[in-house]
Amino acid sequence: MIIRFAGDSGDGMQLTGDRFTATSALYGNDLATLPDFPAEIRAPAGTIAGVSAFQVHISDHDITTPGDAPNVLVAMNPAALRSQLVRLAPGATIILNADAFDDRSLSKAGYTEDPRADGSLDGYTVYEVPMTSLTKGAVTPLGVKPRDAERSKNFFALGLVSWMYTRPVDATIEWIQRRFVARPEVAEANTVAFKAGHAFGETAELFDHPFEVKPATLPAGTYTNINGNTALAWGLIAASQLSGLPLFLGSYPITPASDILHELSKHKNFGVRTLQAEDEIAGIGAAVGAAYGGHLGVTTTSGPGMALKAETMGLAVNLELPLLVIDIQRGGPSTGLPTKTEQADLLMAFYGRHGEAPLPILAPRSPSHCFEVAIEAARIALEWRTPVVLLSDGYLANGTEPWRLPDVDELPDLSVTFATEPNHVGDDGEPTFWPYLRDPETLARAWALPGTPGLMHRIGGLEKEDGSGNISYDPANHERMVQLRAEKVARIADHIPPVEVHGDVDDADLLVVGWGSTWGAVDGAVSRARQAGHKVARAHLVHLNPFPPNLGEVVRRYPRVIVPEMNLGQLAHQLRAEFLVDARPVTKVRGVPFTAAELEQQIIDHLKDQA
Amino acid sequence: MTDTLIPVTTRKDWSSDQDVRWCPGCGDYSILAAVQLLMPELGIKREDTVFVSGIGCAARMPYYMNTYGMHTIHGRAPAIATGLALARPDLHVFVVSGDGDALSIGGNHLIHALRRNVDITILLFNNQIYGLTKGQYSPTSEVGKVTKSTPFGSLDHPFNPVSVAIGAEASFVARTHDMDRRHMMEVIRRAFEHKGASLVEIYQNCNVFNDAAFETITAKANRDDMLIPLRHGEPIRFGADGDKGVVIDSQRGAHLVDVADVGEDALLVHDETRDDPSVAFMLSRLATGPHEPTPIGVFRDVMRPDYGGGVEHQVAAARDERGPGDLGALLRSGAVWEVS
Repeated sequence: MIIRFAGDSGDGMQLTGDRFTATSALYGNDLATLPDFPAEIRAPAGTIAGVSAFQVHISDHDITTPGDAPNVLVAMNPAALRSQLVRLAPGATIILNADAFDDRSLSKAGYTEDPRADGSLDGYTVYEVPMTSLTKGAVTPLGVKPRDAERSKNFFALGLVSWMYTRPVDATIEWIQRRFVARPEVAEANTVAFKAGHAFGETAELFDHPFEVKPATLPAGTYTNINGNTALAWGLIAASQLSGLPLFLGSYPITPASDILHELSKHKNFGVRTLQAEDEIAGIGAAVGAAYGGHLGVTTTSGPGMALKAETMGLAVNLELPLLVIDIQRGGPSTGLPTKTEQADLLMAFYGRHGEAPLPILAPRSPSHCFEVAIEAARIALEWRTPVVLLSDGYLANGTEPWRLPDVDELPDLSVTFATEPNHVGDDGEPTFWPYLRDPETLARAWALPGTPGLMHRIGGLEKEDGSGNISYDPANHERMVQLRAEKVARIADHIPPVEVHGDVDDADLLVVGWGSTWGAVDGAVSRARQAGHKVARAHLVHLNPFPPNLGEVVRRYPRVIVPEMNLGQLAHQLRAEFLVDARPVTKVRGVPFTAAELEQQIIDHLKDQA
Repeated sequence: MTDTLIPVTTRKDWSSDQDVRWCPGCGDYSILAAVQLLMPELGIKREDTVFVSGIGCAARMPYYMNTYGMHTIHGRAPAIATGLALARPDLHVFVVSGDGDALSIGGNHLIHALRRNVDITILLFNNQIYGLTKGQYSPTSEVGKVTKSTPFGSLDHPFNPVSVAIGAEASFVARTHDMDRRHMMEVIRRAFEHKGASLVEIYQNCNVFNDAAFETITAKANRDDMLIPLRHGEPIRFGADGDKGVVIDSQRGAHLVDVADVGEDALLVHDETRDDPSVAFMLSRLATGPHEPTPIGVFRDVMRPDYGGGVEHQVAAARDERGPGDLGALLRSGAVWEVS
């Protein structure tokens, strides 16, 4: 069951959707969510630009996407209806706030005719509920002013939908009391509105019978509902604990990455230090400085900030210091679509620096997976003394899913060995410290922290002599250092898991290669295509640079390879260049994730195309 | 770090084994010498000291210090030093910068490091020219300056670094020059001892691209009449016989006078610790450039909470209140449910 709440951006739709999600999780449903809101804080009320929506997919079986076409739309005004109608599944249920369908609101939404009367809602099950007036009627006896009374109508809608899907009521009422504890009159109004909506659903004859979505059967364990940015922040804290290095975040606020800064700034008792820097460059600069001092240095941003950080990332490549650069991708270029998702920063992560400046790149596949990938990114950064780019996106950042909590005792050990003694004998016979002597296997350089007696040394962005780290303009030395830095990153491939193939592993006619947040849609599409009798396999990349060691063999194994991505084919480009395979891009750059249905169709089309 | 015994050192101990590669005759040599001579007097250890620089001639300095050091990228040294100083309050962090590095490409980082009052000591070598890129005008060059990039004369109005720093409400601001080692050492010592961000502008001669830019005021024969020494608690006066001074009046602000005309009691008594930065700012405006009588010394030295101290306080307070972080508890801090 896929439910979409839509209203004006001031109507509280995100809050309503969030709460419905939480109560569904408590009820035991598997779920996935997709917030969809405008970049403007408050666009003109009643207009299409101001529509804010929240989609939640609840299910009694394991699901991986927020769903394709909604089965239920709750539309708080005509603009919400008009903007969302195209998304609905055939025969979907529409619940309208009838009070909002006056001439003025209809015209603001761009309707010349009332859609309720002109036949454009034929084929849908439409319930018109005068939510505004019912809410006012319920809460004005409390002494709430009429204008304030109207503001509780999202809780009326929440109550109504909670009844429709038999969600537990008490948890939401308790939550309202907690959330509005500072304003008891608001808490009271919202509670009354919520109850009124619930009662309306129960007593009015609008609905024949309540919908019911039973709890899913998930693996045993303790679960919480989590979004990608929170999971990422917690993963960073975990990495700090596992490495024994205090966490330092240098960041500049930017949508959709700011919530990581917000979350980390709460957890100072873990030794977390956060700096809201003066700009994106200072954010990464401070993280580099902290890394030099022995902290786990992190910077978080989105595409525009990544562009600004490029020079400092090159410095970190050259200094060979551990650093995590986290890019929550959004629609670009330039300001682009700040609140919409996209995966178009992949090639920037690969190549967006001057000179030969390779660095490892990782991408989580789902909101909760951000936790694990943050730890993996820290592992690579610390062991190989390198900046690492972690590419999340707006969909993962704000989307939620139930997460089976890991056993913290089973998380990997990330402890670091710092240099404490000289590692070289100078020409004068005296022991000395050479910061660019390398581990023969990993090629990671020796790392001595300021404060360590006898190991004083200078590092910098100028090319360094292999070993000593002194400035060197020697041509052969430069070439050797360029190759050493590249080889160091390439060797990480020996220490990451091989890519797994799922589905018709042995005899697939087509392989779908995914990365990042397309995972859920790819999984759903491949399952459906296989159920329809097609031979299809899929492989999902978490490590994008270096690629898993078996990837070349995997992509050459199948007659057709398609690569769905929310860009114009960036991973496909890399696969073609790296492995000389005819990997075909399947692209979507609309600011919203692929749906499983879209990808299923693509799979079928590609199978036909070359059959 | 834990050993509190400070070994006795000399300039040699603070000098690295790298050959110094500035142009012969560059003012940077005398600044380097002053710093290397000062370090043994500061009661700190080499391993606890870090020099961070950006790009430019001045930015080479960390390579010549036998301490920890980072030669970073253009303009970013204050930001990088901020991260280091916040992560490691046990270290002594110096930033070495030039007029282009600090005031042009890195102007934003400079003012924000000063306003935050991060505990770093910034040495700003001001030679009023771009040296490493070979002779373009800088943000401190005078209007009309003819350089490679301004063959018809520069149209840019220059920054006065001391004014900029005071405008950013820096808690310590001073000026010195490369021709007076003792003065340099004294001012840099004061900057080091200051808790919080300190900025020292050092007039520095670039003998290749902007030779003698400060000669009018710093040449030995001219100093008495052209340098106005600022001394805390003393009336501001200068000239061989102290015959000139500075007064403030309500109509003209700070200006120069003959002491004989106004009487000694009318002179402005210098107060570094004045919380309001406006008098220090007025003093920084006395000269429009290094061809008029120019104040040197400490303009401002006020106590203000340093940023790193605040960060450490919040971390400690959070631990006191909630105990050290418990990862397992963090993961369970939202609504959780069991599936069996």
